[in-house]
Amino acid sequence: MALVIAALLFWILAWYLNVKLSNGPARGTRAVALAVPVVFGVTILVVWELLVRGLNVPMVVLPPPSQIAVKFAASIPILWTDFVQTFVKGVLSGYVIGCAAAFGVAILVDRSDFLKRGILPVGAFVAALPIVGIAPIFVMWFNVGWQSKAAVVVVMVFFPMLVNITAGLQETSAMQRDQMKTWAATYWQGFWKLRLPAAMPFVFNGLKISSTMALIGAIVAEFFGSPIAGMGFRISTSVGQLALDMVWAEIVVAALSGSLFYGALALLERGVTYWHPSQRR
Amino acid sequence: MTRVIFPVLVVVAAIMAFWYAACIPMNIKFALQTAERQGAVISPEGVQARRDMSAFVLAARNPGQWAQTWEQAKPRLPAPHQIVQELWKTTVDVKPTSKRSLVFHGWVTLSATLAGFAIGSVGGILLAVGIVHSRAMDMSVMPWAIASQTIPILAIAPMIIVVLASFGVQGLMPKAIISAYLSFFPVVVGMVKGLRSPSAMDMDLVRTWSATRAQTFWKLRLPASVPYLFASLKIGVAASLVGTIVGELPAGGGQGLGFRLLAGSYYGQTVQIWAALLATAVLAAGLVALIGVLERGTLKRMGLSR
Repeated sequence: MALVIAALLFWILAWYLNVKLSNGPARGTRAVALAVPVVFGVTILVVWELLVRGLNVPMVVLPPPSQIAVKFAASIPILWTDFVQTFVKGVLSGYVIGCAAAFGVAILVDRSDFLKRGILPVGAFVAALPIVGIAPIFVMWFNVGWQSKAAVVVVMVFFPMLVNITAGLQETSAMQRDQMKTWAATYWQGFWKLRLPAAMPFVFNGLKISSTMALIGAIVAEFFGSPIAGMGFRISTSVGQLALDMVWAEIVVAALSGSLFYGALALLERGVTYWHPSQRR
Repeated sequence: MTRVIFPVLVVVAAIMAFWYAACIPMNIKFALQTAERQGAVISPEGVQARRDMSAFVLAARNPGQWAQTWEQAKPRLPAPHQIVQELWKTTVDVKPTSKRSLVFHGWVTLSATLAGFAIGSVGGILLAVGIVHSRAMDMSVMPWAIASQTIPILAIAPMIIVVLASFGVQGLMPKAIISAYLSFFPVVVGMVKGLRSPSAMDMDLVRTWSATRAQTFWKLRLPASVPYLFASLKIGVAASLVGTIVGELPAGGGQGLGFRLLAGSYYGQTVQIWAALLATAVLAAGLVALIGVLERGTLKRMGLSR
């Protein structure tokens, strides 16, 4: 019981600290903007730990964060194989293929007005569908290896990318395009020098959305069949064994790889689209 | 109208033509095997001789067997008309209460999705209101809400199902929780954006009228957030449906469209998988369209429609 009260006290104290910090004199500084969410995150971890220990929650329901950390540290080799199997082989290869294919089709669509009016509504429709459902079919076609996961990722990534790239390629104003024409620029000159750079904010928006979808697609596809490695495989088998600390360790891996992937894209975006208003500081 | 409809129809027709064409190499090996067993002359003869040959070569050398690739019971790729037949058989021909009816499974999935979506979006709106009105909450929660969108949350679905089952919670609720979780964050992020969308000039104006915080909220912030709310509700409901379907995979209790997908993949019932997939697509499109209609109606009444 003492632990539960300690958890409550810690929560109140941390919240008080955050209220003080975010309304105090230093509230505009970067240090505070960083400290407040960190305090909040630490609070959740501490309260979780204290409540689980104080209320004697069994491990099969919710393991405390410390136990997850221990399990994580102890099974780094396994987690690394799973990461390579799911992320490096499945997600990255599928992501690259899907984005490249969407790029190619987007250029075709861009060159033909008829295709634009035909493919775009279909693409937008498909982008809203629960595409993960094709996972069992692809596992059947491409076997249980990483190839089937990459194929699911390709399809999941393709449609949001297509919609975003085509929208981006239409971003230039008529006056800018006329300017290109007065310089007698060919289609490709106009494409590389004007329209592609102008499309970049949209492209990166699509890349960022698809990065999360790609990871989801690969993990869910592994629920339908997988070799004995991979994040989705480990999660579904560990749930079966009620080894929830392993499940949580794997979720930490998924969260880390997801946010690092996203972060890398955001950094790249800042470098490529430094001229865009959203990047001004 | 024809400017819009005609190109879409052409593209859809092209997809259908490609689909039928793709069925030929996908299913040709099994078709040849069956035909040979029934006494037809196949070139080259014998399963052994054909084993390592490309499906395209086989298809080109046996044009007489093409029709068979569209009529198999367990094809690798079912033809569109087979899927439509299966859909017809499982929706119209069987009673909606039967376990073989897609209407029954669709309803199980739909009810969990709607329950989860309602919980998730109401929760999301409430949190967004809190975030807009409390600086501490904004600074503590918002970075995590944004970061959580980069995390493949679906990975925890099997765990939630098993943990809740150990408490004796089964049926609709575990799936609804997953789908609520998935629709929660898009709604929070969109709603915060919407509640902040009134310009500085609007905010100054209500201040000159010495409006209270509550008045500012009900008369300015909330109406201004409606377009953002609907945009994020559309994303949220699609995410909810995906959440429910994935939640039905591990221990769905033998019900729901996700279960149909899984059962189909266990028993190699490809036509059943595709029919379930098409049913989820119809469900998703229907839900998004429903919100679209609500959006158009609401915005029109508010005088915001373009």
